[in-house]
Amino acid sequence: MLIQIILIVALLAIAFYLIRATPSARHLAVRRMLVFLAVIGGVVVILSPGLLTSVANAVGIGRGTDLLLYGFIVAFLLYVVTDFKRSTQLSRANTQLARKLTLAEAHLQDEISRRGANPDD
Amino acid sequence: MDAMHTESSCEAAAPGLDYSTWIVIPLYNEASVIAGVVSELLGQFANVVCVDDGSTDGSAQAALDAGARVLTHPLNLGQGAALQTAISYAVAQPGCEHIITFDADGQHRIIDALHMLERAREEKLDIVFGSRFLDDRTNPGILKRIVLKTAVGVTNLTTGLKLTDAHNGLRVLSAEAASRINLQQDRMAHATEIVLQLGRTRLPWGESPVEVLYTDYSKAKGQSLLNSINILFDLVVN
Ligand SMILES: Nc1nc2c(ncn2[C@@H]2O[C@H](COP(=O)(O)OP(=O)(O)OP(=O)(O)O)[C@@H](O)[C@H]2O)c(=O)[nH]1
Ligand SMILES: [Mg+2]
Repeated sequence: MLIQIILIVALLAIAFYLIRATPSARHLAVRRMLVFLAVIGGVVVILSPGLLTSVANAVGIGRGTDLLLYGFIVAFLLYVVTDFKRSTQLSRANTQLARKLTLAEAHLQDEISRRGANPDD
Repeated sequence: MDAMHTESSCEAAAPGLDYSTWIVIPLYNEASVIAGVVSELLGQFANVVCVDDGSTDGSAQAALDAGARVLTHPLNLGQGAALQTAISYAVAQPGCEHIITFDADGQHRIIDALHMLERAREEKLDIVFGSRFLDDRTNPGILKRIVLKTAVGVTNLTTGLKLTDAHNGLRVLSAEAASRINLQQDRMAHATEIVLQLGRTRLPWGESPVEVLYTDYSKAKGQSLLNSINILFDLVVN
């Protein structure tokens, strides 16, 4: 069935994204486009509910609601992975910030104790 | 302004004390043991740096009272992050020739560190890794042994170096080798990352036997087996 191939490819792509890719502006653009398409698709399907079922039948699923569920799960997984990536990036930035602070403080302390030891500097 | 001045203002250099090696210790909630570790190290090495990683049990004060130079992370970032901070600090110190990474929990032996340093100097090795599996002094227990050996396998696969131990906190690095480290793994996965980055430097390296003491204290505090799954995940995902 077509849907099996589509879903497996989608899941593998998400796994690949999780393991390999680093977030970039291109990915952001793709995600924004997906949201945009989802809104348009949503409106279309709301206006003509029969369409969903015909699309579902075309890819080998019996009911439109099932197609919706599968789509939802894939979208949700993508969201989890994206969010995970973002939080990793944030925590790296956080670490760098904290390290700069720590090293600046240490440098200051060293400087103060050096001047204390050599008051004529 | 610098060299002469510092000399005259410091207390007289104690004979036998090592002034060109910086001991770096990631420190997190080890208040009951850190003072002992630091004061023993200060008997051999003039420079002992602890990076306190948001300890909540007074570890920082204990290390300070024992005579260590204590840097403070504003919050807990993890062992890898603390190690990187300590290394960045140490390599920037004038006169720093070697860096020794050392655990705060009292599991390492100074005698092993001294041997490794001697090897680094005599055989002109930039990197000496400690390994608990090169002799039979260490008894980590069967489960831990399995986990560690798995970690060794993963590390060797990803880094191209052939080590007998991974995730061993005792290492001797030349200032040159240390300055080329830039750890991104904040938590325990840094132990594989550090091997990867050191391997890429193509600097001469060796491995020396060390004993890791598994006391009741360290067994209670050490890494849980489940955390090795987190380590694996951190390494695979990036
Ligand atoms: N800075 C910092 N240090 C940590 C953190 N967790 C552990 N450490 C330090 O890292 C060292 C080793 O930690 P352990 O948890 O004993 O890890 P290990 O020695 O690799 O594992 P075991 O073989 O189970 O003992 C000790 O010096 C700890 O104080 C942390 O979150 N931040
Ligand atoms: Mg330990």
